Amino acid sequence: MKKIGIILFSAFAVQNIVAQSEKDTLKTAEIQEVIVIGTTSIANKQEKPLSSIDEYLQKSSSINMIRRGAYAWEPVINNMQTERTLITIDGMRIFGACTDKMDPITSYVEVSNLSEAEIISGQQGSCHGSTIGGAVDLKRQKGNFAENKWDFNISSGFESVNQQKIFGAGARYQHQKFYLEADVMSRDAENYKAGNNMEVLYSQFRKINTSGNIGVKIAENHLLEGSVIYDKATDVGYPALPMDVSLAEAVITSLNYQMVPKSELFKNWDTKIYYNTITHRMDDTTRPSVPVHMDMPGWSKTYGYYSKLKGEIKNHQLLMNVNGFYNQSVAEMTMYPNNPEENLMFMYTWPDVRTSFQGIFLEDRIALNPNVFIKISGSLGFHSNKVASEFGLNSLKIFHPEMKDQKSRLLKNISANFEFNRNDFNYGFGTGFGDRAPSVSEGYGFYLFNSAERYDYIGNPELKNESSAEANAFAAFKKNNFYVKLSGSYFHISDYIIGEIIPDLVPMTIGGKGVKRYTGLKSASIINSALDTELRFLNDFKWKAQLTYSQGRDFQNEPLPYISPLTLLSSVSFEKNRFSTEASVMVNSRQKDFSEVYGETETPAFAVAQISAGYKLLFGKNKIHTKIGVENLLDTQYNTYSDWNKIPRPGRNFYLNIHYQF
Amino acid sequence: MKFSIKPILAVLMMALFLVSCRNENSDIDETSNPSTSLKKIKDIDNNDHIVELYSVSGTTALGYNELSIRIKNKSNNQYEKNATITWTPMMHMTSMSHSCPKSLITKNGSDDTLYNGYIVFQMPQNASEFWNLKIDYTINGTDYTATSVIDVPVSDKKTVASFLGSDNKRYIVAYIDPKNPKVALNDMTAGVWMMQDMMTFPVANGYTLKIDPRMPGMGNHSSPNNVNLTQISAGNLYKGKLSLTMTGYWKINLQLADASGNIVGGNEVTDTQTSSSLFFEIDF
Repeated sequence: MKKIGIILFSAFAVQNIVAQSEKDTLKTAEIQEVIVIGTTSIANKQEKPLSSIDEYLQKSSSINMIRRGAYAWEPVINNMQTERTLITIDGMRIFGACTDKMDPITSYVEVSNLSEAEIISGQQGSCHGSTIGGAVDLKRQKGNFAENKWDFNISSGFESVNQQKIFGAGARYQHQKFYLEADVMSRDAENYKAGNNMEVLYSQFRKINTSGNIGVKIAENHLLEGSVIYDKATDVGYPALPMDVSLAEAVITSLNYQMVPKSELFKNWDTKIYYNTITHRMDDTTRPSVPVHMDMPGWSKTYGYYSKLKGEIKNHQLLMNVNGFYNQSVAEMTMYPNNPEENLMFMYTWPDVRTSFQGIFLEDRIALNPNVFIKISGSLGFHSNKVASEFGLNSLKIFHPEMKDQKSRLLKNISANFEFNRNDFNYGFGTGFGDRAPSVSEGYGFYLFNSAERYDYIGNPELKNESSAEANAFAAFKKNNFYVKLSGSYFHISDYIIGEIIPDLVPMTIGGKGVKRYTGLKSASIINSALDTELRFLNDFKWKAQLTYSQGRDFQNEPLPYISPLTLLSSVSFEKNRFSTEASVMVNSRQKDFSEVYGETETPAFAVAQISAGYKLLFGKNKIHTKIGVENLLDTQYNTYSDWNKIPRPGRNFYLNIHYQF
Repeated sequence: MKFSIKPILAVLMMALFLVSCRNENSDIDETSNPSTSLKKIKDIDNNDHIVELYSVSGTTALGYNELSIRIKNKSNNQYEKNATITWTPMMHMTSMSHSCPKSLITKNGSDDTLYNGYIVFQMPQNASEFWNLKIDYTINGTDYTATSVIDVPVSDKKTVASFLGSDNKRYIVAYIDPKNPKVALNDMTAGVWMMQDMMTFPVANGYTLKIDPRMPGMGNHSSPNNVNLTQISAGNLYKGKLSLTMTGYWKINLQLADASGNIVGGNEVTDTQTSSSLFFEIDF
């Protein structure tokens, strides 16, 4: 139904990036790799080009962000959190190493690494694995073979609200037979100030990210590309949590072979092997007066591959993706008793869980005629978990005496979508069914403290697959300077995995309210709807508005947690020659449909405004883009429904972004 | 002993089997340990025999002790196989003397020179008060005796408790298993004895030993799915399940309930009362 390419700022190739503009959404059935490289300068379009990936993603009407601090927000797709979504980097599966979801994989990449994020709602997003809510594929920039040419760029930014200093640099060499790319970006931020000059303690962070890319044309139509991303964040504060992160480190590597066969039938064969490893050290050593000092390191390693084959037969566009991965997730908790005579208190919070997956995905896009498209896709996957630590297995057996160390599941998915063009109208509908396996925390977590609900969570290895039946529809109208689109999706989720209080159990965590165990709720349903409008006027002006409304209920009609209230994003922008400016406002209604059972309380309504202006200087081959802006213009003190523990959002923020290309 | 003791037992049995096989084949092994898992505590001499006292650790300790005995005939260096043994541990206090809970002595291994039983030392020695162990045995109608001082030092972890119950009976409870606790649902064994008089400490039958393990070092949290200790039948030790969710120092708070459910010892842990008066301690 909905496929939005959000184009990220490219530190290298600003001139090469293409927005998959609103026009493309009118031809969704044709897309996939029609994300053409090479028209507009997106740096002009983004209000704040050097913002975090998180800030880019939350522009999508189907994405929200759960915030635990200033850093590493958790993307929520269609009001569904990490467990129900699939986030990949160029098709690679990566799993965060933090038991408290403080390191979604979006936190291990930078705007300098990526060219776009492809967001797919619901079951249509199952290309790289199983999902319920949808998928985001963060796409790296693609190198080009061209005439010998060097490109360099330097970028820098500053944000007043947290003294954030951003530096970036990149270099690229192009050749007809190969290309080399390298970039680096660093961010250094102090505590931010919420509205009314209130300092939010433990919201600082430091991060450095570097990546490299080598492509070789080994023969005509054969490309071999190796790439690596190294990301290291240190001293990251999480004001909504009792602990901070001293180190979050990722190495993401891949080797990619692509071939464009000279064949009528096969169009592209793309195969990748990859390996990534994440180390996440969470501790409370920087917090004053904690009752017991605690270290909670976690590690996640993933080996994987995929092989995608694209073909065409008559009016059929076919895609097959065979993919698999093997992940090892380990997390520990060590507490240091005040009495040094006593032994350390130690447990596995993730008991060395080995997850292997092997799946096949098939998709057929059929153009029945130039105005009627059908897309059918399906996948089958074999998923298996094994608890490799005997210590950890024995721990879990306290709750599940009969559990086995291994559990296998069959995951399946199917979806069908229809789309029609008629005059100025474009409309479509679709349906899908799919299921997913529980995450490591849901299946095997051991005393994972949720600091928003204040419950310790215990995994449940006997959970059934969570399955979703969905329906979606959209209708769009475009005439002259006006565009409007109404879209909606409905998910009926069976065996909805969520925590259930185990009565009478004393929590392990000091200050905890109790213990919850993951269980499969009979069913839950989530409705999302969005209204997007755009109007161009007086040649250079554009007004955009996006209204989203969602609702989530369990089978007893109780509200689900983290469901967005009514949200409005509206902006007016002006762009002429080398100058652009934009004023926008974000409004959330009061969240009165909060989930009391899951520890939520009411969130008041708020509105925040921001303005920005940009100018592009050109002299010869050199280009300088400058953006300045103010966020939260009125210095409102507010928080959204998805800010953990109601930590207020940043107050008035002046920023400056400069990008120099030569 | 589903979790930890089974392999140890298996090794023990194998070792015993090997030793006994070798003993049948030759007499060279006379002075060696009866099994690789047992260490000698001491030799107790009399005119005719050397009584060898063994335990797994090679020591005796406060609380529950599993002990093994072999009797070597001084005249022929052979181990006696047909002894009938009784034992009397005695605490010599400055004002009085008393004994402690103990088992009968039986031969239960495949090694028929090895006699086994347990003794529960409920208090440690000090500068002026000490334990000794008198071993009386009969071989072929002749009575012998051997006596020695036994070392029962102060222990830093509480594994035994002696108390006057609310029913005015004196009880002794002792921790037995798990000897090597794990982060798991451990099989737990403890003993409950009654003090009938200064010399008689029979097993207390029909009670329930309620357990509430807590970590005082971390907000005094407890653990789930513990099973209170009960007897399978009269005369037996008490068995249940002890759940430990992490390593470290645990205080196992105890309450002793009689057959009709009355609490005769210990008290419930609450927010204000963070510990029972009756408890065991482990640290692993």
